Amino acid sequence: MKTPLPPIERVPDCCRGGLVSSILPLLLFGLLCLAWPRVVQGNIFAVQWAWVPSLDLDLAFRLDGLGLLFGLIITMTGFFVSLYASSYMAGHQQLGRFFFYLHGFMLAMLGIVLSDNLFLLFIFWEATTILSFLLIGFDHHKTAARESARQALLITGGGGLFLLMGILLLKIAGESMTISHWAASGDMIRDHALYPAVFICILMGAMTKSAQVPFHFWLPNAMTAPTPISAFLHAATMVKAGIYLLMRFHPLLGGTSLWMATLVIIGGTTALWGAIQALGPCDLKRILAYTTLMALGVLTLFLGGRTVLSLTAAATFLMVHALYKAALFLAVGSIDHQTGTRNLDHLGGLVKSMPLTALAVAAATMSMAGFPLFFGFIGKEIMYEGALAEDMFPVFATVATLFANSLMTAVAAIIFITPFMGFGRQKMDPVKEAPWTMRLGPAVMGLLGIVFGIMPEWVSAHLIQPAVFSFQPDREEIRLVFFHGINLPLVLSILTLTLGSVIYRYRTFLRHRMNTAIDRLWITTPGLYQSGLDNFLRNAGIFTNTIQNGSLHFYLFIIILTLVMAVGWVWLPHVPGILIFPVISGPLIAIGLFAFILASTGVVVFAKKRLSAIGGLGGVGAGVALTFMIFGAPDIALTQLLVETLTLIFISLVLLRLPPMDAVKKRSRSRTIRDACLSLVAGLLLTTLMMGILQVPLDRNLTAFFEANSYIAAHGRNIVNVILVDFRSLDTLGEICVVVLAAWASVTLIRRTKEG
Amino acid sequence: MQSTILQTAAHLMVGLMLVFAVYVLLRGHHEPGGGFSAALLAGTAFALFAITEGPDQVRRAVRFRPGTIAMTGLALAAMAGLPALFMDKPFLTGIWWHQGPFFMGTPLIFDLGVFLAVLGAILSVLLALEEN
Repeated sequence: MKTPLPPIERVPDCCRGGLVSSILPLLLFGLLCLAWPRVVQGNIFAVQWAWVPSLDLDLAFRLDGLGLLFGLIITMTGFFVSLYASSYMAGHQQLGRFFFYLHGFMLAMLGIVLSDNLFLLFIFWEATTILSFLLIGFDHHKTAARESARQALLITGGGGLFLLMGILLLKIAGESMTISHWAASGDMIRDHALYPAVFICILMGAMTKSAQVPFHFWLPNAMTAPTPISAFLHAATMVKAGIYLLMRFHPLLGGTSLWMATLVIIGGTTALWGAIQALGPCDLKRILAYTTLMALGVLTLFLGGRTVLSLTAAATFLMVHALYKAALFLAVGSIDHQTGTRNLDHLGGLVKSMPLTALAVAAATMSMAGFPLFFGFIGKEIMYEGALAEDMFPVFATVATLFANSLMTAVAAIIFITPFMGFGRQKMDPVKEAPWTMRLGPAVMGLLGIVFGIMPEWVSAHLIQPAVFSFQPDREEIRLVFFHGINLPLVLSILTLTLGSVIYRYRTFLRHRMNTAIDRLWITTPGLYQSGLDNFLRNAGIFTNTIQNGSLHFYLFIIILTLVMAVGWVWLPHVPGILIFPVISGPLIAIGLFAFILASTGVVVFAKKRLSAIGGLGGVGAGVALTFMIFGAPDIALTQLLVETLTLIFISLVLLRLPPMDAVKKRSRSRTIRDACLSLVAGLLLTTLMMGILQVPLDRNLTAFFEANSYIAAHGRNIVNVILVDFRSLDTLGEICVVVLAAWASVTLIRRTKEG
Repeated sequence: MQSTILQTAAHLMVGLMLVFAVYVLLRGHHEPGGGFSAALLAGTAFALFAITEGPDQVRRAVRFRPGTIAMTGLALAAMAGLPALFMDKPFLTGIWWHQGPFFMGTPLIFDLGVFLAVLGAILSVLLALEEN
């Protein structure tokens, strides 16, 4: 007899919400495909709505070749990742939230590559930063996830501020905020005095987003995110946003020696450093993260050039990388999902149990290593051509590319051979193949790597060239072809494979050497980041504890002291001239009221019990209300009286919770004197201020206006009320929002003290 | 608080004060009063009720949660500004209707919104303090 499985073990194979929501990226991909033939012919789709015209902020979208290339990559990986996640994340508690973030991120990313307005681009840019923070920290109950998320947010968010600064500087320099207007005005900006500042700000934005040295360290740490996220954000799309930015700004800022030198050096360093570090870790995902660093570095390096060759190399490698890297990430996620580990030391021989995944990984790694017949080979050829054609430091660029590529070849071998062919140190439990939703993405992307590798002319004409044309005005045609003949790039390609296999042979030795060398570095940016953050937090803690020490008395003291110093500084010299002894005149009742208020104040100051002090306060309030009444302001008197009453009730409620006054520690004499002095000075200041104001004739213009128009325009005779609900009703709307928010804040505070 | 005199008086007072609050709210356009004062008055009435009968009774009598009342008020006040938009005037411009003897305008709705928002705020703090 069969016993049914216990319900806990039956985690569904895939969740329906994920499957259904993958329709969104598929739909967008389909739309882009519809537009594709027209874009190749040079047509451009553009729409524009005014949003905030006074800020030059328009909802302007524009689909050109570059936008199309990025859009296709984003929607295609978006579709596969969403499909993949519907299985990978199945059974998770917060699936709705996950897919919301995921698709939100995809839309923001599409927004970046399609917006034609610089401010709009910035808004989408920030949206990707925030969504990336939420996605990295998706498993928010883990400390590591939270810390990585914070790190990514601080670094990319900081870069975003630089980008905003760059945009504003660009505006000051007189540049249009519409990206498509730039082609004509590049020379004006490049000769402008602000050019270096603009360049550095934009570069900082791109460097932080695209994880260039020295801001690279957030990317490997971001691998704490669930694998579909790593594949989507940190391999295929978000980290490419910086690259996209550099491409878009190329016609405007590019081509100067500052641009070329900086980008080539930074890109080359990132590529080498990423590739070297990729040998270090045992975690497959971390290895992939470092290879992503290498790829981003290489892309930056090629964007440093100004020839069509090097820019074509960048666009080609962008595609090559997006295809193989997303496939590899997803496949590594499958391995992790099926076996429960992604540690190289524990994996081996998976080719038997996961043959289809193995096939996809084989295709992707072959493309990564750059074997002929694969798209990676085409990419590598054009990369060497591009590196040799750099204007600045062509030798450095070529050598950096060569070494980075060789290391990549070795890493590709490690990624494929160790888990699938090799034998793990421990005997592994039997493993099942991943479900189809998780296989489809790697398989299709691996296959595309082969198809594109066999027919590079088609890719070149339909994707790469339209993309390069949209940011490189010189319409020089560079065709990707399968075989160039025997030339220097081919020799370099062969050299890469040879060098790669040598590195693979000595990988254990190199890994050991590398790890000890990195440990010995005495100054690293991650270390600087950590100590900086620690110091910041510690000082913020000290500062807060000093200023916000929880004593209401202290807060009041500071507030009144600030008032006295800020106002007294200007006002005190005028006091002697103002201070006149008031002539006792007016109705007798006013004098009586004055005496009453004075007596009540006396009660407040000298009361021995809190209740009598509150009674005194109520007396002061009632006296003031009556004064309003006498001098013809019934509305204010009414409100004052009601507020007074309610305040008294509230205070007495709070009072019940306080310990009796006798039990409180006696205040020291010096403190009492200090408080008394401060109160006296504050009182003197405010009184003389009032007297000073009264000596200036009152401007009754506004009063006259309201008196004249209150009934005619607003059908009301009570001017105060008409002002509140009609003439200045927007202010009132804001005020009642504040009232409600303040009430909520107090309720939260009251509840917390009750719990604590 | 256990005081028979206060309790008996409160039963009478609370009702009177609430009716008076509505009166103050409605007369506000021409005479001293208005949404804010009316809300303070109603808040005082409920405070009295809470002191004599306890916060649970107040919750039962009010029926709606204070937060809901406050939010309804904010929404009403904001919505009172919408008709003006449809008539191509700035947001929150007062719009008036004359229909025979009836005379009605968006400022009244706005004032009602103010009343509910402030009352909701007062009630939420009051009940939180009382529910010790």
